[in-house]
Amino acid sequence: MSTFTIILAVLAIGLVGAVLGYRRSRAFAFADGPKLHSRPVYHASYVASWAVIPSLLLLSAWLIVSPIVVYSSVSTSFPEGVLAETSLTEDLAYGIVESIGDGLRVLPPEERSTITDSTPVADVSSMLRARGVPIASAAADWMVPLALQLNSMQATSRLLMTGAVILLALAGAFWGYRHIQPRLRARNSVEGVVRGALIVASSIAILTTIGIVFSMLFETIDFFSRISPAEFFFGTEWNPRFSGAGSDGSAGSFGFIPLLAGTLYIAGVAMLIAVPIGLFAAIYMAEYADNKTRSIVKPLLEVLAGIPTIVYGFFALITVGPFLRDLSAQIAGITTGSYTSFIQAQSVLTAGLVMAIMLIPFVSSLSDDIITSVPRSLRDGSLGLGATRSETIKKVILPAALPGIVSALLLTASRAIGETMIVVLAAGVAANLTINPFEAMTTITVKIVAQLTGDLEFNSPQTLVAFALGMTLFFLTLCLNIYALYIVRKYKEQYE
Amino acid sequence: MSDATVTGVPDASPARRDIGIKKRYAAERRFKAYGITAIAIGILFLIALLWSVFSKGYTAFWQTEIHVPITFSEQVLGTPQQAAESQTKLMMANYPQLAREGLVQLLGIDPDDKAAVSAASALISSGVRVQLRDIVLNDLSVIGQTQDVWLFGSSELDSALKGQYDLTVPENRRPISDLQLQYIDKLKSMGALEQRFNWGLFTFGASSRAETAGVGVAIIGSLYMMLIVLALALPIGVAASIYLEEFAPKNKFTDLIEVNINNLAAVPSIVFGLLGLAVFINWFGLPRSAALVGGLVLTLMTLPTIIIATRAALRAVPPSIRWAALGLGASKTQTVFQHVLPLAAPGILTGTIIGLAQALGETAPLLLIGMVAFVADYPASPMDPATALPVQIYMWANEAERAFVERTSGAIIILLGFLALMNLTAIFLRRRFERRW
Repeated sequence: MSTFTIILAVLAIGLVGAVLGYRRSRAFAFADGPKLHSRPVYHASYVASWAVIPSLLLLSAWLIVSPIVVYSSVSTSFPEGVLAETSLTEDLAYGIVESIGDGLRVLPPEERSTITDSTPVADVSSMLRARGVPIASAAADWMVPLALQLNSMQATSRLLMTGAVILLALAGAFWGYRHIQPRLRARNSVEGVVRGALIVASSIAILTTIGIVFSMLFETIDFFSRISPAEFFFGTEWNPRFSGAGSDGSAGSFGFIPLLAGTLYIAGVAMLIAVPIGLFAAIYMAEYADNKTRSIVKPLLEVLAGIPTIVYGFFALITVGPFLRDLSAQIAGITTGSYTSFIQAQSVLTAGLVMAIMLIPFVSSLSDDIITSVPRSLRDGSLGLGATRSETIKKVILPAALPGIVSALLLTASRAIGETMIVVLAAGVAANLTINPFEAMTTITVKIVAQLTGDLEFNSPQTLVAFALGMTLFFLTLCLNIYALYIVRKYKEQYE
Repeated sequence: MSDATVTGVPDASPARRDIGIKKRYAAERRFKAYGITAIAIGILFLIALLWSVFSKGYTAFWQTEIHVPITFSEQVLGTPQQAAESQTKLMMANYPQLAREGLVQLLGIDPDDKAAVSAASALISSGVRVQLRDIVLNDLSVIGQTQDVWLFGSSELDSALKGQYDLTVPENRRPISDLQLQYIDKLKSMGALEQRFNWGLFTFGASSRAETAGVGVAIIGSLYMMLIVLALALPIGVAASIYLEEFAPKNKFTDLIEVNINNLAAVPSIVFGLLGLAVFINWFGLPRSAALVGGLVLTLMTLPTIIIATRAALRAVPPSIRWAALGLGASKTQTVFQHVLPLAAPGILTGTIIGLAQALGETAPLLLIGMVAFVADYPASPMDPATALPVQIYMWANEAERAFVERTSGAIIILLGFLALMNLTAIFLRRRFERRW
């Protein structure tokens, strides 16, 4: 039975158990004797929990463990030559054995029965190819018996698993059903189960963070075992050569500095444009605008926040980049007489400008919240002493809101650093180290995308570097976020 | 106060003390002007962005088609009897030849004039191969008959007709020749050339030719992912919020979860792509490019958004509701699930829709899990290779052809349409069901 069918069967058993449990507890409810502690629906859930939860736990444990067991027992029968090689060759061989095994299952029974341990692999693969299953050319004769063994082991495991899981579900249902009594505190048990489920759900946030850190950590360590951290963090040249067939095996250079410089430069330009605009917009909306203006302008600015970044990237690529290039050509023409553009279509300025558009609503809505949360009394006090509105804002409200605004800016900066699609389309791919904002630079995120799209070979520094970059990016933004959240928390307490 | 006026000099009114009030008011006006300018710039950017997309993209919804009488000749296709026996010949037949012959006849070109014939046939999309094959395979009886068919024009014809080429430049520097322009005029005067609504944009998959490229397959991929996100992120998010808001004791563990959620909401999306690649594809061995993996990654990304929205909705339910339920003997769990949750449902729904809209527009993590694939067929299940709407936009954005710029903008309009629809639904729900306590 497929895993999905097993789950369905277990759920069906749970449902039947629930119905039976419901009827049994109903019978108690109407019979003379002690009063029912919990309502029948809880007894029903009690039976269903006993039926479903242990059996599904067993199912998932089995699904995790059995491939490992099968792998270890099959791979011990690999020939000496393969075992002597690295674990990579072993994995590769196992992959081929697996695909032969998968292929055999596709064959109609009468063809499958012709294959025995001694069938040469050429026959098998030609048979499989006729059914549209390609087999790697590295397949060898010794793999056929192993594929058969693998298939039979998998079949046995599945049979055992089906039996065990369904038996456990039945046993659980029976156990729960037998336990139904008027005095049974079914509600408390069921609520315990519910609470457990809630805790599990909220732990997923932690699991995700752990997943992020560990998934990148292993690959990063692997990367640093090939390229020294000093070379990565302090190198000024980025040129990871993709190692093709016949290359000399040199990995190229992985200098991180140009990427970091590009990232910070572009984010800096974006912040330089977005922060004043966003901040002034927020101040105007919080302090000057009447309700009607506010109700029109605020959603309009928030539309900018709802537009996917790929759209901004396209806008930069098709409209802003060419516009800046042509504009610079005009300016150069007027001032020097030669119409050569000094802004490249893909440049720090293009990416920064478009990213700024994306950040404006971010800055403005975050600071708007913070400014409006400054207590009314501070405002009234200042106005009452004869200060104008702008003086109140500059001398009273902004200083009071400063920590909150700083944290908003940190969050914005972290978003600017992690932004991907705009820079992928607008910033360029060449890892330059320049201070000219009219030239193209590249960022960490662009390089992560560039190293990981296309054909992957998971064991080269060229792909592993993406994880090292991701790890660095994660820590950069983590620091910004945590610090920002810390400020927000502290600031919140101040006025509550 | 009154003393001062009495004892002051009565006839000579005092010169007003200059306290800089003018200057201060000027500063006030300037300050206000800065604010208005900032907002104007923001709105200007919005208009520029939307105008740029819409002005380039609206034409993508129309596609030039040519009305050509096609003779489904038996020489090319084989007899109907042969066709009924084996479809191999039908699959491989030279359909472009049929289209070419039909067009040459329609335009009255001498079939031996090689240059003229090839100029004319360049007006037809090579997508006619599939288009005509589908007609024949649907109905074998057309073989040997002549039927009027609307054929796709090539992207060059389409762009020329939409005025996207500068026709004043010398002939050899533009993709369409003078001879072809003559043919276009002739076809136009015959009424055989028409801009028809481009259904293909909504139904086709990836294609290397603009006229047969569409976002249909990508929309299905996105739909699968949205369903997965909805099925996973909503229950998990709601459960997590209920725990944190209603049950969790104040301790280190709860604090850790809170910091985690807030931080995850601000982690760059591309990092989730790396997580998906390392965990779901490398460890769990799920297939690359599958909608399932995309859905899982987007679920993890959307969770914080949904949790934050749900917690706000739960917090907005007044404590009196809880006290009333508890006072009547309901357990804590009953109170939460039977009273608080239903009252918070509209807020949760709104937050979920906004989270989904965010997930729908997300591109970067999907690039890393291999959804940048050339997918021409509809994915039958979430395990099949699929692509997503924003990823399709990304791939088209990298195409240089003029016709693809139009398609890309068209696809963006579709994407923005979906997002607008979702956000409007959210606003409507909020307006309709919001309760003020």
